[in-house]
Amino acid sequence: MAVKTVIEAIREGMDEEMARDESVFLIGEDVGNRGGVFLATDGLYKKYGELRVIDSPLAESCIVGVAIGAAVNGMRPIAEIQFADFIAPAMNQIIQEAARFCYRTAGDFNLPMVIRAPWGGGVHGALYHSQSIEATFGHIPGLKVVAPGTPADAKGLLKAAVRDPDPVLYLEHKRTYRLVKGDVPTGDHVVPIGKADVKREGKDLTLIAYGLMLTFCLDAAEKLAAEGVSAEVLDLRTIKPIDQAAIVATARKTGKVLVVHEDNRFAGIAAEVMAIIMENAFDALDAPVMRLTGPDVPAMPFNQVLEDAFMPNVEKILAKARELAAY
Amino acid sequence: MASVKMPQLGESITEGTISKWLKQPGDQVKKYEGLVEIITDKVNAEVPSPMAGVLKEIKVKEGTTVTVGTEIAVIEEAVGAAPTVPSPRGGGELPVAAPATAPQSVSSGVAAEGQGGGSSESRTRLSPAVRALIEEHRITDAELSRIEGSGIGGRISKKDVEDFVAKRAQPATANGEQRQKTATPTAPTPGTTVPLSPMRRAIASNMLKSKQTIPHAWTVAEVDMTSVVRFRQTAKAAFRQREGIDLTFVPIIVKAVVEGLKAVPVLNASWSDEGVVLHKDINIGVAVSVDDGLIVPVVHQADRMSIAGLAKTIDDLATRARAGKLGIPDVQGGTFTVNNPGTFGTILSYSIIAPPQAGILAMDAIVKRPVVVDGDAIAVRSMMNLCLSFDHRVLDGVSAARFLQGVRRWLEGFSEQVPLY
Repeated sequence: MAVKTVIEAIREGMDEEMARDESVFLIGEDVGNRGGVFLATDGLYKKYGELRVIDSPLAESCIVGVAIGAAVNGMRPIAEIQFADFIAPAMNQIIQEAARFCYRTAGDFNLPMVIRAPWGGGVHGALYHSQSIEATFGHIPGLKVVAPGTPADAKGLLKAAVRDPDPVLYLEHKRTYRLVKGDVPTGDHVVPIGKADVKREGKDLTLIAYGLMLTFCLDAAEKLAAEGVSAEVLDLRTIKPIDQAAIVATARKTGKVLVVHEDNRFAGIAAEVMAIIMENAFDALDAPVMRLTGPDVPAMPFNQVLEDAFMPNVEKILAKARELAAY
Repeated sequence: MASVKMPQLGESITEGTISKWLKQPGDQVKKYEGLVEIITDKVNAEVPSPMAGVLKEIKVKEGTTVTVGTEIAVIEEAVGAAPTVPSPRGGGELPVAAPATAPQSVSSGVAAEGQGGGSSESRTRLSPAVRALIEEHRITDAELSRIEGSGIGGRISKKDVEDFVAKRAQPATANGEQRQKTATPTAPTPGTTVPLSPMRRAIASNMLKSKQTIPHAWTVAEVDMTSVVRFRQTAKAAFRQREGIDLTFVPIIVKAVVEGLKAVPVLNASWSDEGVVLHKDINIGVAVSVDDGLIVPVVHQADRMSIAGLAKTIDDLATRARAGKLGIPDVQGGTFTVNNPGTFGTILSYSIIAPPQAGILAMDAIVKRPVVVDGDAIAVRSMMNLCLSFDHRVLDGVSAARFLQGVRRWLEGFSEQVPLY
């Protein structure tokens, strides 16, 4: 075990996978000599050379398209979109080609590829550097979407994504990069895709989150404990395929659930989680399932006050959780 | 911070009693959510919160009576929420939403239950988890009513049921055994104390006030109801078919009372230090027994109604009284009361006047008796006693007797010519 940041864990995960398997390579804007805009690929260009760490043009469609072509030919590309906000030009490649390739070829071809995308706000990123895209891509059949919130899960899920036979959208929350530190198991640590994780046991209510919100929820749970409310925290880790069994189990255990995400509210992941609970755990509910989300507005504002108003935070989670506890 | 004041829950009401706080200090309260139950004239009115926010302080305890306009609570408005009720004076004082404009539930049924906990709706709306626990642990309705709801609005939460089950599972303590041993044979076995429901309290206070302030006088008239009984016998089937309700004796008696009051207006009056107030309208209160008490809804302007109209109105009021659906106006403004204990077989009833009225008439049982009729013959007739309690400050025995005579004559002269409509 060693304490690492999220960004270190991601870098280490890529490094280990590249060392383990020669078909793994990186492609993206500034991932080479510059080591990536967040230094996620720092040192890898030197270690593996320009053929395995490829600086791409500023063209997301090209980055994903090249990765698809390579994957069809037996490579295992890790494509980096510099900011999740800029993934839009690649959407046709991802949605129409990558996600449906296995289906379109009747299972003759798989696309073992990873698309890494730094996402989320609370970093003064404003409109083009703060967006959440999990609900948009979670809706597409054929895509897997993961959103780890701790260094251990970041590394373990990255390795699982590289080894997965299908395209995986790997979302790394920018704010967690250096904010969240934690023990990362040594050795070949792989976290299975599709498995949620109870990060804190509790009995009065459950907070369900992922990414940065996991950290906030754990903090809130600690404060709730001081108020005599025992909160369980379920980390989804994987958005798609979502871990229904874990969601239903915690809902049945506590009977009160609050889902938290910073993505826009309408048709967000919370809505899906709530539907799963209603369909499978209605008879165990002791209160309406609640959600705390970002608002349905076009963008995260740059202005500090407005950014705070947009982002869920520990105080907002506490207020909502108290409401749920009191119900 | 804004202060919540005792609202005026109806005309001529000057004070109200806090029956139950539905929110406790620290509780979140939504706009129009039930805040407090206030009792006046035996009716519980749930007063909605005038704004969203947090209940900061309760200024008036349960069971305390204060005048209209007294500050009863302080609410801290929700952060960021626009003031929901603009204050006309610009100060921090917000009147409680007036009952005429704000949604309110008036329910004597809640009062009748008299159990702890919040509004009946909050208590009865059980979550699926609570329902499952109730089934699993075979919790009876009686046990359920003893569970203290800790949730919003007194809602029974899953935790409340689990705590109750845990407590129930504990074996009877040694305490109970001790009590049995020490009980001496001369002392009666301790019984149970039934907590006073708001309705019980209101009845007690009204009755006490009446007997302490009104010098009651009492007089009885015997009425031959044979004509009325015959008429009802022949008319009731058709009436039931046409109107959908039974034609009882009550509307007929009320009609007779209205005629009697028209003849003796001094009985349709109220005592005041300034003088006897003669009422223009004849509003007849009709006593209806409900669970755990009695409620007296009022037939307003009974003097403008036919017998059929009275029957309809009384049936509607009684139905709503038993369902706990009466509004404040339904129980206000009575000028005289009719009570019907005779349905339970009583033959002489001494009713207590409902202040500020001046009289109350009890209909006792209609029984067949041998009676000497014209020509010194003995006949079997349907007889009924009408017992009148009256305020001797307002009128004297002569007027009271004249009133009873008027009622009796109207009833005895009843024929098919008397219009139902």
